[in-house]
Parts: sequence; C-alpha cells; structure tokens
Amino acid sequence: MKVDPESIEHWKRKIAAYRVFLKNWLEPSNLAGLRPKLKFQTGILAGFALMASVLLGVTNCSTEGTIQKRLDEDLKKSLEEVVPAALYDNNILQDTLSIPSADYNIGAKETMVYIAKKLGKVTAVSFKFIAPDGYSGAISMIMGLDREGNILGVRILSHKETPGLGDKIEVTKSNWILSFVGRSLDNLSKQQWAVKKDGGDFDQFAGATITPRKSVQAIYRGLQLFKDHQTQLINP
Amino acid sequence: MFLSKPYRKIASDGLWNNNIVFGQNLALCPLLAVTGTATNGLGMGLATLVVIICSNGLISAARHLIPSEIRIPIFVLLIAALVTLVDILMNAWAHELYKVLGLFIALIVTNCALLGRAEAFASRQPVRYALWDGLMMGLGFTLVLVTLGAAREISANGTLFANASLLLGHSFKFLEITVIHDYKGFLLMALPPGGFIMLAFIIVSKRLIDRKLAQRKAIIKIVTPVIAEESV
Repeated sequence: MKVDPESIEHWKRKIAAYRVFLKNWLEPSNLAGLRPKLKFQTGILAGFALMASVLLGVTNCSTEGTIQKRLDEDLKKSLEEVVPAALYDNNILQDTLSIPSADYNIGAKETMVYIAKKLGKVTAVSFKFIAPDGYSGAISMIMGLDREGNILGVRILSHKETPGLGDKIEVTKSNWILSFVGRSLDNLSKQQWAVKKDGGDFDQFAGATITPRKSVQAIYRGLQLFKDHQTQLINP
Repeated sequence: MFLSKPYRKIASDGLWNNNIVFGQNLALCPLLAVTGTATNGLGMGLATLVVIICSNGLISAARHLIPSEIRIPIFVLLIAALVTLVDILMNAWAHELYKVLGLFIALIVTNCALLGRAEAFASRQPVRYALWDGLMMGLGFTLVLVTLGAAREISANGTLFANASLLLGHSFKFLEITVIHDYKGFLLMALPPGGFIMLAFIIVSKRLIDRKLAQRKAIIKIVTPVIAEESV
C-alpha cells in the first residue's frame, strides 16, 4: 500500500495537536475550573465506572481459562487424596456418571460421580457434595468410597467457617477429617453418625460445634446417596 | 535519619501516632474477624498493604480529576475494582497463595481505612507521598494485626504463628512455636469478645507508652509545657 507522505504529516500534526490539548486540559488549573460543572462530574463518574468495568471484564475474560485450569488441577489433587492412585488406572476426571441427588440436600440436583477403575473393574467412586448449612455458608467437600461403601477419605474443598475455630475441618489444620476413614453406614448406626455432643461418634471442636455437626450430617447424606445408587455405580 | 522530613512525618504517623487502629480506630471489622491467630493477622495485613498502596497511588494520581461532590462514589468504585482485580489475578497466577489468603481478600472491601486514607490523605497529596503513606499505613496495620493475633493466639491456644508455613512456604516452619506446653486453652480469647478485650489492653499500653514519652520530653525541656494528646 502506498502512503501519501502528506497525509502522514497531516496525522502527525493532528496527534501533536491532540496531545497539546490533552496536556492543557489536564492542567490542575483547568481542571479546577471544570470540577464544579455538573456535566464534567457526570462524565467523570461515568468514565471511572467504564474504566473499572472494562478493566475487570478484560481481566476476568483473560484469566477465566487459567482459573479453570487451576481448579481442575485442584480437583485432580483432591481426587487423589480421597482415592489412592494405586486403586485405578483410568482417567478418573473423564470417567463420570451423573446421578440425581435433589432429595439428599447435598447442594446439587445432579451429582457428578468420578469412577475409579482398575482393569475395567470399578474399585472406588468419588464425588463432590455440599453441606449447605455450615456455620457461615456452604461447606464444599469431596469423598472417596470403595465398592462396599466404606470411606476411603473425605476432604474439604472450600468453606467460609471461622478462621481458627471452624477451619479445623481442613486436613492441613487438624486430623479431624481423617477420623472418617473406614467408616460406613454398615459399621456405624444412624445414631453414631453425629458429633459427640449429639451422642455420636465424632469429635466436635472447642468453640465450634456447628461446623463439624453439619459436616458429619452432610457426609451421612452423601453415604446414603451412594447406598441408594450402589448397584448402578459399581456395575456400569 | 536518611529520610527527609515529610517522609519521616508520614512514617511515624502511619506506624504509630496516627496508626489505622491506634490513632484512627478504623478497620475494626476485619481486625477482630481475622486476628484469631498471628498467621491470619499477617495474611490480612499483607493483603491490605498491597491494596492500600495501589488505591492511594491511583487516587492521588487522579486527584485533580475528581470533583469533591462525587469523590466518595469514585473512591468506593476504585477500591472495589482494585480489590476484585487483586482477587482475580491472585486466583489465576498465585493460586496456592490464594487458597490461603483468598478468605481475606474480599474482607478488604469492608476496610474503611482505605476510604479513610483516600479521603484524608491521597486525594490531597502528590503521588509519591501517597504511595509512601499507603506503605506506612499498611505496615502499621500489619503490625497491629500481628500483635493482636499473637496475643490472642498465645492466650487462646498457647501457640504462636500456627500454620505459618501454609502462608509463607515451608522455609518459615521455624516461626511455628508452642509457647505454653500442655495449655488447656482459653476459648474466649479466640472469639470476637476476646478480640475486643485484647485490643483494649493493647490500646491502653500504647497510650501509657505515649504518656511516658511525653513525660520524658517534658523533663528534658522543662520550660515546654506538656501538650495534651490531641485526638486518640
């Protein structure tokens, strides 16, 4: 493409003129005169709002993929924590089954079950579930079960419980969550599936009873979900 | 001292005289909410430090553009946008840190100290002073958070900097100390009332120190009368 040297000159002059204008406009003395004007105020507020929303929108769009990737990595890591890697040789993130869970009060109408298989045979299942009634919001958890419904492991994925009190449900803060390993609906009665304060088998924390109580109840409901769909899940 | 006078004044204001908590009695909501342990206090302090430096710098740079009639909505808009931005970026690029600190980031929005600094300082001062003020105010706030967190943690659990290695990485494991062995625990201190009680003790000791300093000054300069504390 041939560019007319005169038009380049023309644009250069125009840009220089704009720059001078902007520089003069941004002079504190000029802005001091503009600030009391209603039009200027409206424009500035709109300008800042536009700037903020564009900035947030661009950041959100450009990091969405990265954040999703990080969440997938997290999911894989937590799956490995509740289902020992030795138990399966399939791609557990892909091998899933969706079962209806609206009646179990575990936060979702459909629960995605990740199925661990070794040599084609189901060895364990894992699924995420939610205690919707934690002390300060939902507690999101993941649980791994073997074919018979014994707990292989439970982990907390996210929660908003009180730092220093309720956050002892996290495995990094206390061993409490490990007390579920090996428990099932068969080796504990319904009564025992509760915190000690309610006559059950599981510890509560000093200063935080609601968090562990609701966690235990949600895990119990999760086990029921598995039991009711056991045949379907272990014989795909 | 190697700093020039205005910088020194800003530093002593931020760290001690006009400290966000001691001097201005601001930011009590996040303060009492997270200072159950020294580690949480440190995390909240660092996150606030970053945001207050950014918000001070930004508001100072745009101070001539902002009409005083609509300054508050603009400050709120800028601070909220900044906090959300930090939240998103940390989630994407510092995910491990985010999992520990993420809890505190959203709480910064409720921190009226940021708005206070924007209003009282950044909107009237050149950018370099505003950035320095943000740094000093943030450090002063962090100092109080860690002190209060440590005092509450020791009295509630008998430990200090529990779980610090989760926040700062494994090389900081040495910070985790059990101060009182076989401590039975004193739950009240871990709960919000304990925060208020401990905060009162800390503010009282700050005032006692100030009074001692003023007395010493008065003895040195016998002719100068003791000036009553302005506003604490």
